[in-house]
Amino acid sequence: MTSNKKREQVFTSCTTGGPVNVYVRDGKITRIEPLELDDDDTAPWIIRARGKEFSPPKTAMVSPYTLAERSRTYAGSRILHPLKRVDFNPDGDRKTGNRGSSGYMEISWDEALDIITGETKRINQTCGPGAILTTTSSHHNWGNIGYRSSAHARFMAILGAMYAEHNPDSWEGWHWGAMHTWGFSWRLGLPEQYDLLEDALKNTEIIVFWSSDPEATSGIYSGQESTLRRFWLKELGVKMVFIDPYYNFTAVNFSDKWLAPRPGTDAALAAAIAYVWITEDLYDKDYVENRTCGFEKWRDYIMGEEDGTPKTSEWAEKESGIPAREIRALARDWAGKRTMLAAGGVGGWGGACRAAYGTEWARMMVLLQAMQGLGKPGINIWSTTQGVPYNTNFYFPGDAEGGISGSPGELLARGMVSRPVKSTMDDAGGAHIPRILVPECILNPPQEWRGKGFCGESVESQFKKYKYPEDGYSEIKMFWRYGGSYIGTMNNTNRWVKMYQSPGLEFVVNQSIYMEGEAQFADLVLPACSNFERWDIGEWASPQGYGLHKSSGCNRRIIVLQKKCIEPLGQSRSDYEIFTMVAGRLGFYDKFTDGGLTELDWVKRMFAASDLPEYVSWEEFERKGYFVVPIQKNYKSTPALRWFAESRKKDTPDAGPVGEDLQGLPDGEGNLATKTGKIEFEALSLKRFDPGDPERPPVPKYIPSWEGHHTGALYSKYPLQLITPHPRFSFHTMNDGKECWMNEIPEHRVKMEDGHYYWVIRINPEDAKTRGIKNNDIVKVYNDRGAVLCAAQVTERIRPGVAHSWESCATYEPIGEPGESPDRGGCINLLTPHRFISKNACGMAPNSCLVEVEKWRK
Amino acid sequence: MAKWAMVIDVSRCTGCYCCFTACKDEYWDNDYPPYSAGQPKHGQFWIDLVKKERGMYPWVKVAYIPLLCMQCDDAPCVKAAKNGSVYKRPDGIVIIDSQKAVGQRQIVDACPYHVIFWNEEKQLPQKCTFCVHMLEEGKIPKCVQVCPSQALVFGDLEEPKSNVSKIVASGKTEALNPEHKTKPRVYYLGVPKLFIAGSVVYGDVDECAEGVSVTLVDQSTRRSTETSTNNFGDFEFDGLGTGKYSVKFECKGYAAKTVDVDLKTDKHLGVVNLTRARP
Repeated sequence: MTSNKKREQVFTSCTTGGPVNVYVRDGKITRIEPLELDDDDTAPWIIRARGKEFSPPKTAMVSPYTLAERSRTYAGSRILHPLKRVDFNPDGDRKTGNRGSSGYMEISWDEALDIITGETKRINQTCGPGAILTTTSSHHNWGNIGYRSSAHARFMAILGAMYAEHNPDSWEGWHWGAMHTWGFSWRLGLPEQYDLLEDALKNTEIIVFWSSDPEATSGIYSGQESTLRRFWLKELGVKMVFIDPYYNFTAVNFSDKWLAPRPGTDAALAAAIAYVWITEDLYDKDYVENRTCGFEKWRDYIMGEEDGTPKTSEWAEKESGIPAREIRALARDWAGKRTMLAAGGVGGWGGACRAAYGTEWARMMVLLQAMQGLGKPGINIWSTTQGVPYNTNFYFPGDAEGGISGSPGELLARGMVSRPVKSTMDDAGGAHIPRILVPECILNPPQEWRGKGFCGESVESQFKKYKYPEDGYSEIKMFWRYGGSYIGTMNNTNRWVKMYQSPGLEFVVNQSIYMEGEAQFADLVLPACSNFERWDIGEWASPQGYGLHKSSGCNRRIIVLQKKCIEPLGQSRSDYEIFTMVAGRLGFYDKFTDGGLTELDWVKRMFAASDLPEYVSWEEFERKGYFVVPIQKNYKSTPALRWFAESRKKDTPDAGPVGEDLQGLPDGEGNLATKTGKIEFEALSLKRFDPGDPERPPVPKYIPSWEGHHTGALYSKYPLQLITPHPRFSFHTMNDGKECWMNEIPEHRVKMEDGHYYWVIRINPEDAKTRGIKNNDIVKVYNDRGAVLCAAQVTERIRPGVAHSWESCATYEPIGEPGESPDRGGCINLLTPHRFISKNACGMAPNSCLVEVEKWRK
Repeated sequence: MAKWAMVIDVSRCTGCYCCFTACKDEYWDNDYPPYSAGQPKHGQFWIDLVKKERGMYPWVKVAYIPLLCMQCDDAPCVKAAKNGSVYKRPDGIVIIDSQKAVGQRQIVDACPYHVIFWNEEKQLPQKCTFCVHMLEEGKIPKCVQVCPSQALVFGDLEEPKSNVSKIVASGKTEALNPEHKTKPRVYYLGVPKLFIAGSVVYGDVDECAEGVSVTLVDQSTRRSTETSTNNFGDFEFDGLGTGKYSVKFECKGYAAKTVDVDLKTDKHLGVVNLTRARP
C-alpha cells in the first residue's frame, strides 16, 4: 500500500503494546500509527446493560511506548556490528573480572561466528550437556516466529542448551498460592475471565481494586484497550475502591475511596474483612457450605481460636495502618452489594503477591470472594482488563504455543513443523535451573529448589525437588543471553554483576538489539534487529497456552502480518537469521530451518496452520496486513465460574478442569481442579505436602514480612518500605532507556542539570522533609545490598513510610566499580531481596524491601 | 469554512502520555511544509501533560491537564512575530512560517502558555499545528486519534452538530488560565478547582458516619450546597473558589456541628467527630 505522500509505504506490524501501521520512506520509518479498522472489518460487539449500549471504537488503543517505537528503533544504543570485548581472548587470558568495565571492538560476522562456534564446540566436547546455559527476556519483541518460545526454543533444543526457567514473576502468589485454593494449574493459578465485562456492566455495584492498576499495567499486552471500559462502569455508577500504598494511575480517574495499607500487610486487612463478615453474619452461607470446604478451619484462624489472636479490624489497623472503622465500612459495603474484586491487574497478579508470603494474600483474595459467592452475577475476580465477547472457536496460536519450535501441541498436529526437534535437556531426564538462582548456581553450587518454572502440568509439579548441578550434568561454563537486557528486573542485581565477573563462567554471549544493562558484560555481542526489520505474524496480546484467551483483554482479536518494514540496521540480523548462521556453522542448518525455510516461509506456514485460510486468502491477508476475528453469530455469554457457583457442568471454553493432560482430577460436574473439586479454605494439596510449613500453611495466614515493619533492627536502619510495581511507561526494561521518548515523561524519568535522565522514586512529603529532600533532587536510595541514584518525586500519592519506584529500568550504570558502587541507571532491583517468596516456593518477593533515602552529595 | 477547535475533558485524562509520544512520532525529523519543520528528537513537547496534585495523604486528587498550542484568536505570538511570520488561518489554526520565523526567539517568549519551543539547531520557534497536514487528508489530529479515553475531542465549531460545538454550546467549558485573555480555541472541561472534604465519624462508637447531611455555605454569596456522607463517612465539595465557607453537619441523634473554613488551598478537614446529642 502506498499512501498519498510521495514514496511513502505503509506496513502493518504488531508490538507488545498493540498493532500499528508503519510508514516508511526511502527505507526509513517516518511515522507509526495505531491500526485503524475499516468498514470491511467485522462489526464490533455491542453490550447492552442498564439501559445503555457499549461498543468499542475502531482505533486500536495501543500503549504509549508502542507509539514511541520509532525513537528506540533509531537509538544510538542500537548494536550495529558484532562486538568483542577488547580484552577477551578465547585462546588465552579471558580476563573475566573485567566484564562490565572493558570496552568493545567491532568485528565481522565471520569472526563472531568463529568465536561462538569454537567456544560452543569446545565447551560441549569438554564438559558435555549442562555446560551451556541460555535464557530469554520477556517480550522484547512480538510475533510467533521470532519469539523466545519459537526460534530460540528450536535452536536451543537442537544445541542441547540448558534453560534458566522463568518464574511467574508477575503473579507469584497466585501460582504458588491460589493454585492450591482453586486449581487452574493450566492457567498457572489465574482464573478464567470469560464474559466478565458484560457481567460487570450488568450486575456489579462496587469494584475493589486491590493491588491493581490496570491503567498502568495494560492487562499485560492489551495497550490502553480497557480504559474506556472503566469509564463505562463509572457512567453506570459503579463505585470503585482502591487498596494500594500508592494512589495509582487507575485511581486518578476512578477512585471513590483510597486505602493505603502498609506494604506486606494486605493479608491482615483481608483477614479482618473476613472477621467482620463472620461476626456480623455477612457472608454467603449457602455457597460456603456447598461450593467450598475447610471453612471451619479458616473461621478458627480468623476468630483467633487457633492462635489466640482474633483478626479484628483493630488488630488489622495496627498492622496495616488502615483505620479500623474504615475496614469495617469496606467489609460491610462489600458484602452488602454485588462486588467485583480486581485483585491485581489481570484477574490475579498484583504487587501484593510479589512479596514475602504473597501466596497468603492471593489465596485470601479467592477466599474472600468465595465467602461472597464467587461466580454469581457481578461477583467475581476480574480486573476490567479481560473478558470481552470473544470467539474462542477460531484457532490462531499464541506465543506460548511454541511457534516453529516443534513442541507438542495443536500447532504440530496442524503441520507447522515437518522436522520436530526435542530438547534432551528440557525433559524429565534433563536439567534446568530457575532464573532467580542463576547467580547462586554459578557462584555457589550446589543449589536446591522445588518446581520447574511455570508449573502448569499439575499442582503437584510445584513440589518436586531439583538440584544444581544435576547428576551427570556439567556445571555451567557458557551463558548465552538472548532477547534484551533484563538485569534491571533481577532482584539483588549485584549478584548478577558478580556472577558475570566470575572466572567459572568462561564465555558469555549476549544476543541483543541494544547495548545496555547486561549486554555490557558479554564477551561477544551479537547484534539483533528490531521487530520492524523482519517478517513475523502474531495476534495482539495473545500468549494462549498458559495465558489462554488472554487476548480478550483487547476489544477484538486482531491477527497481524508483521511485515518487514525496513532492512535491518547496520550489520544487525534477525534472531532467526543469527540462529540460522550459527546452525550452519555447527552443522544443523537443515534441521533448524526445517529444510531451508526463511522467516516469511514460516509465516506462511503459520497462516496455513491456523484457521485464517477458512476466512481469508494469503494474498488478501498480505494485502490488508491484518484480520479481525469475527464474533460467532448468536454469541452466547458464559460468564466465568458461573457454572461453578451454580454447581453445573462447565460451559465456558476454558481448558480445564478436566482435560486430557489432567487425568485423575475430580471430573464431576461443576468441579474445580482441586482435590475436592471445591474452593479449599484448607488446601488439601498443601496439607498433604507439608502440613507444618509455617510459610505456606494449608489455611492461609497473615505472616509478617521477613523484611518489613516487624524486622526491628533492619527497619530502624532502613525505615522506608520500597515497593516496585510493574512500570507504566515501559514493558519491563524494553521501552526504557534507548533514547526512547518515554524517558522524557516525568512519571518515568527526570532529566537533571547534568543531562542525565534519572529513574524516579516517589516519597511522601513527610519523609522528604525529615530528610531535607525536595522534589526533583537527586537522591541515593540504599540498603545493605547496594545504592541507586534516583530523582525524588515528592508526592502525597504515596503513604508515609513507603517509597515507590517502577520495577524495571533498562540500564545499569555504576558510577564506579561494577557491583560495588552506586548505580545511576535506575537499577532499583539492586536493592530488592532475592529470597524466595517462601521456603518451598521459588518465586520472587521484590516488594519486601527496606531502604533509606538521602539527598545525594557528590 | 471550518473553524477548528478542541475540547479537553481533564476528568477523562488518565495520564497515559499516548498523545505525547504520538505527537513526537508525527513530528520528529518530519517536515510538513508549509506548516511545520521537523522537531528535534528530544526536548520539545507540542502536547504535554501538566500534573496537578491536590490535597494531602490520604485524601488526594490528581489531574493530568493536556497542554498544547491554544490556537488563540488573539494570539500573542502573532503580535510578537515580525514579517507576518506567525499567522492565523481562516480556519483558526495559528501557523509559524518555518522560513520567515528563523531567528525570532521572541515568538517563544511571547506565549503565556509556554507551548512554543525553540529549535536551537534550526534557530526556529516551533509548536503544535493541530496536525493541519492530517486535517487536509481528512484525518483528525494524531493526539486525538490515539487518546484511549476520549479526553480530547476535536471538530468544527461552524458545524452545529459536531461534538465540539455541542460541548462548547453547553456553556460548561472554560479557557485554561483565562487571565491570559488570548481567546483560545482549545476549551477545557473539568479543570481542577478547590475542594473541601472530610471524613465524619460517630465519635461515640468510632464508626464511619454514613448519611450525615453536610451543608456548605459560601460566606460571601450565602449560597448553600448540600451533600451527604457515604459509607466511609466521606464527603466532598469540589469545584470551589477561594474564600470563606462554613460546613454544617447534621445527623439525627447527634449534635449538629459547624466548621468554618478559610479556603486558600484544597482542604481535607480530617476526621470530623460527631458527639451524641443531649437528650
